[in-house]
Amino acid sequence: MRSFINRMRWPDYLIVAMLIAFFGYIWFTIEGTLNYKWRWELIPGYIIGYHTGREAYFANILLQGLAATIRISIYASILAVILGTILGVARCSQNLTIRMLARTYLELLRNIPPVVVVFIFFFFLSQQLIDALDLARWSRNIARQEDIWLWELFFGDMRRFPSIISGVIVLALFESAFVGEIVRAGIQSIPRGQREAARSIGMSRIQELRYIVLPQAMKRVVPPLANQFISLIKDSSIISLISVQELTYKTVELVASSRMIFEAWITTAAFYFLVCFGLSRLFSRLERKREGQA
Amino acid sequence: MSSQPIIEARNVDKFYGNFHALKDVSISVHHGERVVVCGPSGSGKSTLIRCFNALENHSSGTLVVDGIEVFEGSKDVRKLRQEVGMVFQQFNLFPHLTVLENLMIGPMKVRKVSREQAEETARKYLDRVHIPEQAEKYPAQLSGGQQQRVAIARSLCMETRIMLFDEPTSALDPEMINEVLDVMVELAETGMTMVVVTHEMGFARKVADTMVFMEEGRIVEVAPPEQFFTAPSSERCRMFLAQILEH
Repeated sequence: MRSFINRMRWPDYLIVAMLIAFFGYIWFTIEGTLNYKWRWELIPGYIIGYHTGREAYFANILLQGLAATIRISIYASILAVILGTILGVARCSQNLTIRMLARTYLELLRNIPPVVVVFIFFFFLSQQLIDALDLARWSRNIARQEDIWLWELFFGDMRRFPSIISGVIVLALFESAFVGEIVRAGIQSIPRGQREAARSIGMSRIQELRYIVLPQAMKRVVPPLANQFISLIKDSSIISLISVQELTYKTVELVASSRMIFEAWITTAAFYFLVCFGLSRLFSRLERKREGQA
Repeated sequence: MSSQPIIEARNVDKFYGNFHALKDVSISVHHGERVVVCGPSGSGKSTLIRCFNALENHSSGTLVVDGIEVFEGSKDVRKLRQEVGMVFQQFNLFPHLTVLENLMIGPMKVRKVSREQAEETARKYLDRVHIPEQAEKYPAQLSGGQQQRVAIARSLCMETRIMLFDEPTSALDPEMINEVLDVMVELAETGMTMVVVTHEMGFARKVADTMVFMEEGRIVEVAPPEQFFTAPSSERCRMFLAQILEH
């Protein structure tokens, strides 16, 4: 930080001064015309609330939302990696039909807005699946039982289980297309000689893929997959549209009930930023460490 | 040498698009025979031996290897490749596996041999190529010469009947060439059928039963080494030999 200040020259100071003036002006306008009353002091209570009756702290809606977002992101990315690997392998298949099917899926997802994709997946797929499996009744039964802390650790409020599952499915289907492209690039980055060597000792195409190509490809795609995981966390805000109770949805609720538009959204933005930026720093550090070893 | 050839190519042609890579090639290799193929680059030597284990598919003509007819889409390709080992210019060892695992994966996954037996075989052949102490290392930790010897051992572990060598020493530093050639000479002494694409004429003189000279996709000359090196019948072959023997 100090070295940064030392490196500032007069144009830098000028730019900073102009920015301060600009935002000061905007601030002044909002204060003057909007007549907005800031109530920052209420925000911590919506993160961790205090129950006066039970005399205990509890995770209030914003923290609940964050927890749900993290859970959904983890499950969805596991599912997306599985589906994406299948898709990536299909994209490199010898069989034209399989290759075209995978390509079609990818191009559809690439060229339809995410919000539309999410609605289509939700109504056409995950809802039908949940109805067919009767997940709603199953999870309600669990919710009625006692001592379900393990369930709640993994899935939060069990009454909301079907909505979380559909969120996970929708998100995973959506992201799998991009994971598939990453995996395909990984597979194609393996030199031809590796495949030829595998074939020349008599391996079938499946063995060649399983023992030689995929292990090497997956190692190479870890860094781009990590970045895709961060994108997935950000994209997860879209599923608030299908009433999955994650961070964005909870913020909408909070804004509707408390009218703290700016405070709530800034807090939510900070949550997303902290999680994503933190992860991105962590991943790049891990990668540097890995490169150091190699 | 039995009379029935183990590799028999008749009038084989190969096209890459419009490029005519092999032109009417006919050759037969007998059991236990050591054939050395030489010729200028782009003459189709590599393409020819890559056809022998179906890494390339020839466009027309017939090719029978170890009693199996090779053609595009043949279901017997895997059976064929289990009998025909291949050593590549770039070694192509599997970098994510240790030396020992490189040798064991073929027998275990393709021949369905037990782990213990595969390891025993692997160690036997590592001994044969004189690097038993490198078993636990990864390919990247070995020198080029050592890597190529591991690659030879990897093919031997499949207990193949034929070994193909595609310029096995071309990617090596000069001081490592001999350690690989020595292993190949020893292998030749065991009676293995070998087809070797190489410019190492010293090696060729020592082990070859038959010399083959190729140019522009054609086999120009086939002769035993004494005759090949002293009195080649074609002018082109004489010039080629003069060029590479000068060094």
